[in-house]
Amino acid sequence: MPTIEIDGRKLEVEAGKMVIQAADEAGIYIPRFCYHSKLSVAANCRMCMVEVEKAPKPMPACATPITDGMKIFTSSPVAVDAQKGTMEFLLINHPLDCPVCDQGGECPLQDQAMGYGKDVSRFTENKRVVKDKDIGPLIATEMTRCIHCTRCVRFGQEIAGIMELGAIGRGEHMEIGTYIGHTVDSELSGNMIDLCPVGALTNKPYRFTARAWELVAGLGVSPHDCVGSNFEMHSLRNVVKRVIPVDNDGINECWLSDRDRFSYQSFNSADRLLAPKIYEAGKWIETDWETALRHTVQGVRAVLQNHSAQQVGALVTPTATLEEFYLTQKLMRSLGCHNVDHRLRQSDFSDDDIAPLFPSLGSSIEQLEQAKAILLIGANIRKDQPLLGLRVRKAYLRGARIVAINSIDYPFHFDLAGKAVVAPEQLPYVLARVVAAMSNGSDPPQGLRAWASDAPTQAEREMAEILKQAGEDAHIILGLSAIAHPWFSVLRGLAQAIQARTGARFGILPEANSAGGWLAGCLPHRGPIGQDVGDGGMHAVDMLRDPRKAYLLVGVEPEYDCLESRVAADAMTSAEFVVRMTAFDIEDGLPGDVLLPIAPFSETSGTYVNCEGRAQSVTAVVPPKGEARPLWKVLRVVGNLLDQPGFEYMSSDDVRRELTWDIDDSEPDTVIRRLSEPGKPANGKGIDVERVADVPLYKVDPYVRRAPALQAAKDTPEPAAYMNSEQASKLALVNGDRIHAHMGESSVELDLIIDERVPTHSVYIPSGYRQTAPLGGVGMVRIVKV
Amino acid sequence: MNTRVRQLFRSFLLWELLKGLQVTGRHLFARKITVQYPEEKAPKSPRFRGLHALRRYPNGEERCIACKLCEAVCPAAAITIESEEREDGTRRTTRYDIDLFKCIYCGFCEEAWDSIVETHIHEFHFENRGENIITKEQLLAIGDQYEAEIAAARSADAPYR
Repeated sequence: MPTIEIDGRKLEVEAGKMVIQAADEAGIYIPRFCYHSKLSVAANCRMCMVEVEKAPKPMPACATPITDGMKIFTSSPVAVDAQKGTMEFLLINHPLDCPVCDQGGECPLQDQAMGYGKDVSRFTENKRVVKDKDIGPLIATEMTRCIHCTRCVRFGQEIAGIMELGAIGRGEHMEIGTYIGHTVDSELSGNMIDLCPVGALTNKPYRFTARAWELVAGLGVSPHDCVGSNFEMHSLRNVVKRVIPVDNDGINECWLSDRDRFSYQSFNSADRLLAPKIYEAGKWIETDWETALRHTVQGVRAVLQNHSAQQVGALVTPTATLEEFYLTQKLMRSLGCHNVDHRLRQSDFSDDDIAPLFPSLGSSIEQLEQAKAILLIGANIRKDQPLLGLRVRKAYLRGARIVAINSIDYPFHFDLAGKAVVAPEQLPYVLARVVAAMSNGSDPPQGLRAWASDAPTQAEREMAEILKQAGEDAHIILGLSAIAHPWFSVLRGLAQAIQARTGARFGILPEANSAGGWLAGCLPHRGPIGQDVGDGGMHAVDMLRDPRKAYLLVGVEPEYDCLESRVAADAMTSAEFVVRMTAFDIEDGLPGDVLLPIAPFSETSGTYVNCEGRAQSVTAVVPPKGEARPLWKVLRVVGNLLDQPGFEYMSSDDVRRELTWDIDDSEPDTVIRRLSEPGKPANGKGIDVERVADVPLYKVDPYVRRAPALQAAKDTPEPAAYMNSEQASKLALVNGDRIHAHMGESSVELDLIIDERVPTHSVYIPSGYRQTAPLGGVGMVRIVKV
Repeated sequence: MNTRVRQLFRSFLLWELLKGLQVTGRHLFARKITVQYPEEKAPKSPRFRGLHALRRYPNGEERCIACKLCEAVCPAAAITIESEEREDGTRRTTRYDIDLFKCIYCGFCEEAWDSIVETHIHEFHFENRGENIITKEQLLAIGDQYEAEIAAARSADAPYR
């Protein structure tokens, strides 16, 4: 290793590193604006000038590779003179409006101007003024402040994979902006706010509401996806004002998805439930906890007495914590009933008995980068798990070949080496033919022949070849659309057949904290840590299709959160007693008997388990708002009031201590040996098409649905029927037509939008919207022009 | 001997008393310096630090842009500010409270930014609990009422700053 000397300190540094990296590792400070450890070197701010012995001029530390025997001086007169000169030039066109700038107080330019700037400007000419751009609902711009470090541009190009911001013009006329009229729509755009070393790109929802120095930071873990990103929630006087990422190279590196960054808006939304309510004489009446809890217990007791414990069902939101999952199932099981589930958007439960302990990625998140081939099945990994999408992109940049079998041609930020975009019904057939095309290896699962009756196409053979070549370095991923698929067990069986043939890693990416839900036993067929519970109870869909007399809704809004939203809404209407434990007030007209205000994830302690099986515990950042209380406390008290033993917890840690597990990597998943028989093909009945019912990423849970900034983003599509032009012309429809979409007995009126990403024989009608909720889950839709 | 005689005479003739009365007599006829407050008032320095006010620009726009520097510098944590983006896109306060019980009248807030000033007003009182916290509206009203005096005091002190 070359030996260098920085400011008289002898250092041994790996060859090929830049001076600034060596200095950072040694803790020697060099000022910088454009250099960022995760981005390429641009060397355009010139702030990191250092003196190198025998070099005729000062050198930029970020772009000077180290050589053996190099002597570097970071604060010699030559270096400081260069740095001061650079600072003077940077400040020439900077407006110096720090008092109104949101970056003030946490601004690298402000800090470094203290060290390297003059107190009086020698520049008396007019300053440059750049018009502000509207680049969307998440990022506010003040382009006059820009110092052209191009961190945002490089982030778009290198990390997020779409170049949305670029530099136009040269010299003084250089401007950072989007292509005319475009906005920045990346699901990771918020990271540009963190990257910007000045106040040119700032957080729009947070704009002008607080100062960096008065905020109190508290650690949090994202409950929105199965990644478990680490972040800090910054609060002022007990109100969360913003969220910024915390570095964790194993999980989110230094990035954060926009969903995690802006969902905090829901904590302060106008419809936060601040006091318990009971439904009496046709209206909701605000009351105190004692009355509401007594009412709850009376209602549950009445159902237990008049019917049976089997007539109670509990649905839990996948965003709940491990402790909340555990207490809900403990409460239900102590009542003698196993009807408890958190898998609200799954429709095929037939392989529950042989499912692994919890759905996991099958490797660590970091390992995903090392894959040589990745097969995505029903997975929009870029939008559904944005930070895993980044890892897949990194793998792609290292040369991995990515293959996707989806029902929508999702626009990924990596190129696909092979893809199949087919109607949902065709997904298992395509996958089965890929399996069949891998002729060698272990036995095919029983029933494969029925699915792979046709010969594989050329494209399918190529996919099989890619996976075979990668062998053990391939990674197969089932995403959210696969979990919602009516043949989920078949998709899983086929994916495992590929795993068996190639030795590839195999993973399922469930919703939110679903891994925690599995481990806590919030399932009808298994207790905590996979305990056997005998016959078990009803799963989420059965509980709704065969309506129960009483429902315990734990953080769930069944009308939006359940795949079968119509069936869910009907079940709630027909039930005798519905308890809604929710952070948000109920919408007018929705059925319910008691509303118990619970604390959102900023106000409660708990544990989240991500798709690697990594458990991360956090504490509350702010006290609960109004009369809201942490859910674990509510469940504990309900347990006490129902006279159930074992609910004497004093903290969520007490609950957590009852749950310990070892994750044994060596234990393989039980391989599915037998596939279900395919049903009758439903296609080709004229005007019927199959619905793709993906939930857009900003509709997945009650929090993001109440974040106005996210709802205004481009990633929240219009609630409409999306169809490709071929299918539309078959039905004699054109873009913008009003259509009726009929599904069973329910129908909704929507606009038709032509979208070529949707395959023929199908229509994409997004779930999670009020407008599409009456339709229900996946299945056939009849589209009729109004 | 001499000293004793002198002491005897002085004590019998109340010499010490007369000497003391001489001071009384001098002050009896000298010009009086007592200020008959509140009818009369002593002059004040233009730097006097009394009740706070929020100033406006001549066009009527409030000077405060919610930079929160006064809140940060206040050693008594007497200032509470909340801010947001106003409809016209500018940074403005929605709340600007000063707790006059906490305030130690050090004038740091005024040093931080020119929108909050400490005026020459020192005669104020509270009749009810809670009135010690003065709001943005009250502060602006004080500023509007005494703008002429405030401006005069600032310009008088300007050469020394």
